Amino acid sequence: MKGLLIISGLGILAMLAEIFKFKKLLLPLVLIGIVAAYALNYFEWSNGMSFHYFDNMISFDNKAIAFSGIILVTAFFWFILANDYFEEESNLVDHFALVLFALVGALMLTAFTNMTTLFLGIEIMSIPMYVLAASKKKDMRSNEAGFKYLIMGSFASAFLLFGIALIYGASGSFDILEIRKYIGEHSADMPMFFYVGVVMMLVAMCFKVSAAPFHFWAPDVYEGSPTLIAALMSTVVKTAAFAAFMRLFLVGFAEVSHIWTGILAAVVALSLVIANFTAAMQSSVKRMLAYSSISHAAFMLMVIMANVRSNISLDAIIYYSLAYSIGSITSFGILYNVTKGGNENFTAFNGLGKRNPFLGICMTVAMLSLAGIPVTAGFFAKYFVFTTVIGTHYQWLLILAVITSAVGAYYYLKIIIAMYFKAQEDQSPVVMEGSNKMVIILTTVLTLVIGIAPGLVAEMFKF
Amino acid sequence: MLTALLIGFPLLAALLVFFTRGNGARNLALAASIVEFIISLAALYQFRNNPGSALLRFDCVWVQSLGIHFSVMIDGLSILMVLLTTFLVPLIILTSYSNTYTNSQNFYGLMLLMQMALVGVFVAQDGFLFYVFWELALIPIYFICLMWGGENRGAITFKFFVYTLFGSLFMLVGLIYLYNHTNVEGMKSWAVQDLYNAGKSLNANQQGILFWLIFIAFAIKMPIFPFHTWQPDTYVNAPTQGTMLLSGIMLKMGTFGVIKWLLPVVPLGLEKWGGTAIGLSVIGIVYASCIAIVQKDFKRLIAYSSIAHVGLISAGILACNQQGIQGALMQMLAHGVNVVGLFFIADILFLHTGTREMSNLGGIRSMNGNFAVLFLIVVLGSVALPLTNGFVGEFLLINGVYQYSAIIAAFAGLTVILGAVYMLRSYQTIMLGERKDSNITFGPLAMTDKAVLIIICAVIIAFGVYPKPLNDIAEQATRTILTTIK
Repeated sequence: MKGLLIISGLGILAMLAEIFKFKKLLLPLVLIGIVAAYALNYFEWSNGMSFHYFDNMISFDNKAIAFSGIILVTAFFWFILANDYFEEESNLVDHFALVLFALVGALMLTAFTNMTTLFLGIEIMSIPMYVLAASKKKDMRSNEAGFKYLIMGSFASAFLLFGIALIYGASGSFDILEIRKYIGEHSADMPMFFYVGVVMMLVAMCFKVSAAPFHFWAPDVYEGSPTLIAALMSTVVKTAAFAAFMRLFLVGFAEVSHIWTGILAAVVALSLVIANFTAAMQSSVKRMLAYSSISHAAFMLMVIMANVRSNISLDAIIYYSLAYSIGSITSFGILYNVTKGGNENFTAFNGLGKRNPFLGICMTVAMLSLAGIPVTAGFFAKYFVFTTVIGTHYQWLLILAVITSAVGAYYYLKIIIAMYFKAQEDQSPVVMEGSNKMVIILTTVLTLVIGIAPGLVAEMFKF
Repeated sequence: MLTALLIGFPLLAALLVFFTRGNGARNLALAASIVEFIISLAALYQFRNNPGSALLRFDCVWVQSLGIHFSVMIDGLSILMVLLTTFLVPLIILTSYSNTYTNSQNFYGLMLLMQMALVGVFVAQDGFLFYVFWELALIPIYFICLMWGGENRGAITFKFFVYTLFGSLFMLVGLIYLYNHTNVEGMKSWAVQDLYNAGKSLNANQQGILFWLIFIAFAIKMPIFPFHTWQPDTYVNAPTQGTMLLSGIMLKMGTFGVIKWLLPVVPLGLEKWGGTAIGLSVIGIVYASCIAIVQKDFKRLIAYSSIAHVGLISAGILACNQQGIQGALMQMLAHGVNVVGLFFIADILFLHTGTREMSNLGGIRSMNGNFAVLFLIVVLGSVALPLTNGFVGEFLLINGVYQYSAIIAAFAGLTVILGAVYMLRSYQTIMLGERKDSNITFGPLAMTDKAVLIIICAVIIAFGVYPKPLNDIAEQATRTILTTIK
């Protein structure tokens, strides 16, 4: 909770920076703030208690802290990565504030216990993202991305709100624990519109985590947005949306799982198939990563489904989020540096293994991790998902996941092949800031470390 | 401890090699692989004298909460495979001496990494660890093929990678399924013995499904018909050393996997589906032999002959009797050595004459008699002439398959006849007769090349004449496996 307050404070501070002229100090301040938030988070964790705030609107239990930890870690790396991006843009301060507020929304989503906080969190997170997606003002595609994201996002928010209203109408409460109690007491005589509400919320949440068939916005928005903003979408925003998804459906609607698990199974199956096969056909790396993020979303949704009846391994989803976020930060960071010339296709990576062997190796590790090859973090992430799902009724999904994973290897390898096999077109060395290099090294090492010793993370998050 | 050293040493050596420059990398890699061979001999010595020795085991917890151990041990089965690996890798490195590769430090580093993973596969006593090494072995060879391969390497290595990954993922699902059924005092366990017990506790249907989930990974790796389509292109396009690693050692991962990680796990599944799998193996034998006969490219011919040989090995293993498995083990060793020899000869021919088309070659014997003799010995070894190393294994294998079914044995036996047809005929076209193209010359062999061929020929003859030491180990190992299955 204190972490959330610190980040909100930082957001306000960032807006003041223009007036009081401490723009240069802003980045160090933000980084210190994130570290402080993380540290305070950690102390709340070791207390082992769950804290309720604001009349039970927000509750920071260990799951919330774990997810906010992942979000803060990725945000920390992201800010270092993004420092020169901010310098290029004119409205430095606005962007800082927007990202920080998006972060506030993300942290709220990990900890909501009331559907109003859920809605507020989603909006606080999304509205800055709409603006950031369009932040390359002179670029048509960036404008298009922002506009598309706004329209589609508002549409989903409307669904969410409608769903909340219907559920409130039936249960008389916004509190997810109250709703759970209501379901338990009235399981026989719930009105039809309660179920409609659940399904509408499911649709809205699937939209937010960009699962098929609600994924159409993702590739366009990723492609149009500045690369680093796409990185933010695929890490922080996604993790937060998952945390919210998990809380809402595993806490609030667990008792009516028969309504939504069937739909969710179809969503997962569709996402796996559509995302992996479409990704294989992309020529733009950014679009490929967008589809890859859809397929990873499907994997995480599978864990949520598997956990409905047996609350066995939520650590799977936490580990997955972490592994995926770190891998994405590496790959987007490298993509950002490699595509500064404007070419965002696979050809931009041609000969990178020779042009810059360091980036080549880091990108290889990131791709192998996203593809799920040992000994990277992605492998254990996949392994945890498989072990979670195998004991459930969804073995057919598992087989589908295996097949589509093999397809997935195709497009990740395409980058590796481009780096080591294709002749380089661009002879110039890749210009890269030292800070970017540091982030890429750190995330690569982290990918390998938690891939070799997954116990470090997995044992920490046993609930 | 020795076993852990066998895995750790190549890893350390590989890291060192990555940071050396020029020819130093190659010498360092050779030295490291020879040291590794000596370590494996020490392990063999320990194993012969004191099989239960604590030196041969190593066990420490890797991931506590998941019951994953870094547990490795050398038993009769693995010592054979480890010896094959540690014997072949220095030879393979030596074969590269007459060839220079760009970025050679990466080339040799990857090769040593590959060795680490291969040894790991053979000694792992923990299902999860086995899977990790299994997958790890894929990555170095993928990069070796991708960076130093032939013309069309991008598409071909890609097919190879995705094909094997596809199989491996199914195996992972199968292994996790098994793991979920283990029960050691209420805890789950990855230990091989617990997985065996878990497998046997399943009913015939479940075992049948499990059989295919796991078998498909091995079938792709070997490869068995109809999962073989990645193999000829990959073998032809990989750099020679990569082909040797693939065919000499990596192929054995598949057959070894069937013996250790499939047969004892699903005995009922084997009863149900073993016939089908043997049928596929035998179809593969006949099919690949026929294709080999019409090949014009010598390297491709060896690739197909390898499918035929491995088909027989797999049929022998799946027949699941003493002769079958013992023969398979002997043949795995023999095939490993022979196929490395053959691919090396194909490489020498290509380097000296600039072509692999057999129809362009001819009369080389008159230009280099020594080479002709060495080539002949390798050819005879691979057609399993008595008194060569190929004979013992092939004889036992056909015997084993015969006990399973005489008709299948008749078809499997075709491999001997057809093998003799394509091997001897290709020898004849390449070495004997008139020179077809007067531009083609064939000078004396390089020292290192000659040394490698002589070592290979010596091994072919030595273990053909006196196979007893290895055969004893194989016999004992087979007995142990069979008691686990029954």
